[in-house]
Formats: sequence, C-alpha cells, structure tokens
Amino acid sequence: MSGRIKPVTTVAIIFFLVSAVAPLLVSSWATLFALILAKGIVVLGIILLLQAGQVSFGHAMFFATGAYTAAFWGKYVGGGDIVLFIALGGITSAVFGLIVGLFVVRYREIFFGMLNLAFSMVLWSLLEKMFHYTNGADGIRVPRPALLGLSFTPEIFQYVILYVSLLIAVVAFYGVQRYLDSPLGHMLRAIKANETRLEYLGTSARRVLLIGYVISAFLGGIGGTLVAIVQQIATPEFGFWTKSGEFVFIAILGGSTHAFGAFAGAAMFECVRFYAAAHLADTWQLILGVVLIVIILYAPNGLIGLRQRYGQAKQGGH
Amino acid sequence: MNSTLAILAILDGISYAALVFLVSVGLSLIFGVLRVVNVAHGSLYAFGAYLAATFSLAIAPISPWLTYPALLAASIVIGIVCGGFIERFLLRPLSGQEDVLQLLITFAAFMIMDNLQRLIWGVQPIFAAEPLRLLPNVAVFGVSYTSYQVILLPGVALATLFGLRYFLRRTLSGAVILAVTEDREASTAIGIDAKRVYFVTFVIGASLAALGGALASPTTSLVPGMGADMIVLSFAVAATAGLGQIEGTALTALMIGLTRAFVIYLQPEFEVLVPYLLMVLVLLVRPFGLFGAVQVRKI
Repeated sequence: MSGRIKPVTTVAIIFFLVSAVAPLLVSSWATLFALILAKGIVVLGIILLLQAGQVSFGHAMFFATGAYTAAFWGKYVGGGDIVLFIALGGITSAVFGLIVGLFVVRYREIFFGMLNLAFSMVLWSLLEKMFHYTNGADGIRVPRPALLGLSFTPEIFQYVILYVSLLIAVVAFYGVQRYLDSPLGHMLRAIKANETRLEYLGTSARRVLLIGYVISAFLGGIGGTLVAIVQQIATPEFGFWTKSGEFVFIAILGGSTHAFGAFAGAAMFECVRFYAAAHLADTWQLILGVVLIVIILYAPNGLIGLRQRYGQAKQGGH
Repeated sequence: MNSTLAILAILDGISYAALVFLVSVGLSLIFGVLRVVNVAHGSLYAFGAYLAATFSLAIAPISPWLTYPALLAASIVIGIVCGGFIERFLLRPLSGQEDVLQLLITFAAFMIMDNLQRLIWGVQPIFAAEPLRLLPNVAVFGVSYTSYQVILLPGVALATLFGLRYFLRRTLSGAVILAVTEDREASTAIGIDAKRVYFVTFVIGASLAALGGALASPTTSLVPGMGADMIVLSFAVAATAGLGQIEGTALTALMIGLTRAFVIYLQPEFEVLVPYLLMVLVLLVRPFGLFGAVQVRKI
C-alpha cells in the first residue's frame, strides 16, 4: 500500500514547491496558481464524498457561501483581515453544510446528486434575485483584505494570497489524506463498498456521511472565499450548477483515489482554461469537453490513475 | 389580481408547461431506460430551437406554411444526429462502468455543444416568429391569446403523452423497451438486442428535447445559455414527478408551469425560485418524487 502511495506524495511535494517558486519567476502565474490551489481545496471536498460513492451536483453552493460571506462582510461591516474572511467563510459554509447535510445524507446516488442540485439552485436564484442585497447578476465587489493588520499593494498582494492559499492547501491536503486513512475515512469508503455491513457493525452510515459532508462543505467555503478574494468579486455564477459540474469534472480529471488528485486536476483544468481562453477565446469549453471525454474513455481513474497504472506496469516488468 | 390577469396567468402557465413537459419527459424516458441523467439534454433543446429557427427562416420566404414541418424536421435531425452520436460514441463505451462517469461524459457533451452553439449561431439573439404569426389569435373568456400557444403547444404535448403511453403499453416495440428496463439480462437471453433498445430510446428522448426547443423557438428569442437554464428546470420537473413517470411528468409540468406563471404576475423576482423550491419540498417528503414508486432501500 505505502509503496503505491509514496510516489504520489513525492509528486505532491514537488507540485507544492513549484507553486511556491514558479510565480516568483513569472508574475502572471501568481494568480493562476492561487486559483489552482483554491479550487483544489474545494475539489478535496468533492473527492471526500466520492470516496463514499456520492456525487454532489450542487457543491458550488458552499463555494458561493464562502465567497458571499467575504463579500457581505466587506460590504456591510467593511474591511477586514484575510484570516477573518477565511475563518468566517469556512465556518458559515460548514454550518450551512450541516443544515443541508441533515437532509441530503438520507439519500444515495442520483437522488443525493439531485437534492444537492435543487438546494444549490435555490441559493443561486436567491443570490440572483435578491437584488437589493446582492446586486443580482453583477455580484458584489470583495475589498482587498489586510494580513494580520498589514495592507499591501496589488502587486505584493497577489503573492500574499498565493502563499496563504498554498499554506491552507498543504494543511487541507495533509488533513484530508490523514482523514481518509483514519477509521472514519475507511467507514466513508465502506458506504460505497457495502453500506449494509457498515450498519451491521453498529455504525450509522448517515452520521459517517454527514461528517464527511460537513468537512467537504467547510473546504468548499474556504476555497470560495479564496477565489472571491483573488478575483475581488462574488457573483451568483459561483453557485450555478455548471460550477458544481466543473468541480466534479476536476475531481474525475485528477483522479478520486488520492487527495492529490484534486490539485492535479485543478492544475490541468486551470492551465487548459488559462491558455485556451487566451488563444481560442470562445472555444475553451469545447477543448475542455474533449479533454474530459478522452480522460473518461481512456483513463477513467484520472491523472493519478495513469500514474499508478504506469507504476504497476513498470513493477510488472521487473 | 383581477380575473383577466388570472386567465392570462393560466394560459401562460399551460403553454409553458407544454414545452417543459416535452423536454422533461424525454429526460425521464432516457433515465427510466438507460439509468443515465443526460446533462446534455438542455443542449439538445437549444440545438433543436436554433436549427428550427434556421430552417424556418430559410423556408418562410418560399411558403410560410412549410415552417411547421420544418420545426418537426429540425427536431428529428437533432435527435438522430446529436442524440445518436452521444449514445453510440459516448455512453455505450461506458456501459457497466460507474454511473458518475456516464453522468460526467454527458456533462462534457454539454460543454462542447454549448460552445458549438456559439460558434455556429453566434451570440446575437435570433428571432423566427413566423409559425406563431401565421395562426390567428383566439379569445379565451374575453382574453386574446395566440392559438399557437394555447392550442398547438398543449395539443402536441397531449399527443406526445398519449402517443408515448400507447407506444409503451400497447405496441411490441414498447413492450421490448419495458422488458429491457425491467431485466436486461433476461431480455437479452430471449434474443432482444438491448444495445439497439438503448439507442432507439435515447434518440426518442433526444428528439423530444429538440422538439421542445423547436416549438419554443417562435415564442422567444434564442440566446446562449437557454440550454443551461432548461436542463435544470427539466431535472426539477422530472425529479419532482419521480424519474421515469410519464403521466406524473405531465402533471408536475402543469403544476410548475401554473405556479410559475402566477408568481410572475404576483412576485416576479421569485420566478426562477419556484421549480427548485417545489423540488426540494417534494423530495424531502417523498424521496422518489410525487408519482415515483417507492423502491426498497438497501438498508
């Protein structure tokens, strides 16, 4: 087991080092990597639920909750510290996740996905239509926060947010991997493998799933807060169903068998989008769609799966 | 709210429900038989609308009455070409694999079709109201309304409802489809080609989505994003009704259409909220939808 996971950990360390150093060389990469890391944090939550065999087609609601928490705090309370924004975004999403989770963990598979979708669309239409509070489709500007009382120029701030994202991403990555290796994480996997046996052991499958769901909502909220700060805006689009689809897409792209899949997928997704959008303007979705189809048809376990398959083939050769 | 407004709301609701029913019943049929939630369904709706508008703009100068068969032709073309392609080359290779992959590959198809639509038809709104203008207005309790929307659309929806019922319950092909849905292995054992059944069902479902779009095209301007809006709405209707329930889908479409129409007149800002709120409420109380059969839970 450890022999198979270790190379992935090495790649993960290299990836985090690259995202710390590369933006120092090319400044436009600072924002790119900050977005990759922030979205990777959200996708960690999706991967958590995928372990239990459940696909949330509405997870963007937690992403939007985090973003709008920062936006509302900035708009109505004014200013703030990045640490405060992130803590608030994460906690609000976790509480929201607990409320929604109490309902949705009773459902499985397609109904789990559908109910999540329905909740997220309710949130999306509220954000879109409560114009008085949310500015509707225009969204709310998120002010540039300070860090521990220090404020920065935009040039410096892009590095500040990058390293804050990096720190959280590393902690979240390590935490999720530990969680998945813990008894609670194995119980989460047991829901997918055989829920009945899990219940025979005297464990409540719903409670196991609820814990996973709240953690994934928490991660979604933190990712949403970070993206809102990077892009300096929160719009209803953050909570639209296509955003949820994008997160599931990234999870499958990276591979859901290991926590690093979240970052591998996010890196590939954002890079394709970054360069395709720059060169092909309106057709980047088309390119992404084709990439997704190729991955699903030829490497259904994602990038991580490719790496593992390659590793196994090499071992078999010896 | 006076009586004129109430009648207007009811007529709006009925004509809208007819369109939503066509799209949702296609989604429901595909799910019922293939167990796949087709995310690209909204794109098929949008493609149906755009192709129908293209056909009808091209043929209207020759003979305006030919625009009606043009709408039908467009939906069949989209159903066979796009629907057939998705089933044959995207879904079929994945049969037997995890459900999430099938769901996701239709999401990829949605992304591609959404972009293709922009590339082919551009982002400027397109109007093709010829079929709407040809038919006269009718007076319903003193309220004047287009007969296209209050007679033709509900007529097509009812014909589809009874046609599907007849097809599935009274014909041999319908029995074959139900047999494959019920037990794929047993039906394959008695010589039924399950792959062909899946293909045909998907094409029928896709054509219904495209037909919804084609019939909607004269009543609205076609804009990018119309597919993404329709997919979640038809999800909501199909899930609220109970996936795979044909009559239930019709009643739910009517319920959502009417509620939405009244909300538009009374509290317009909550229009988009209606279907999703209803869906949440129904699913919380009845997990398998209003008309869905309660399945035995694994635990």
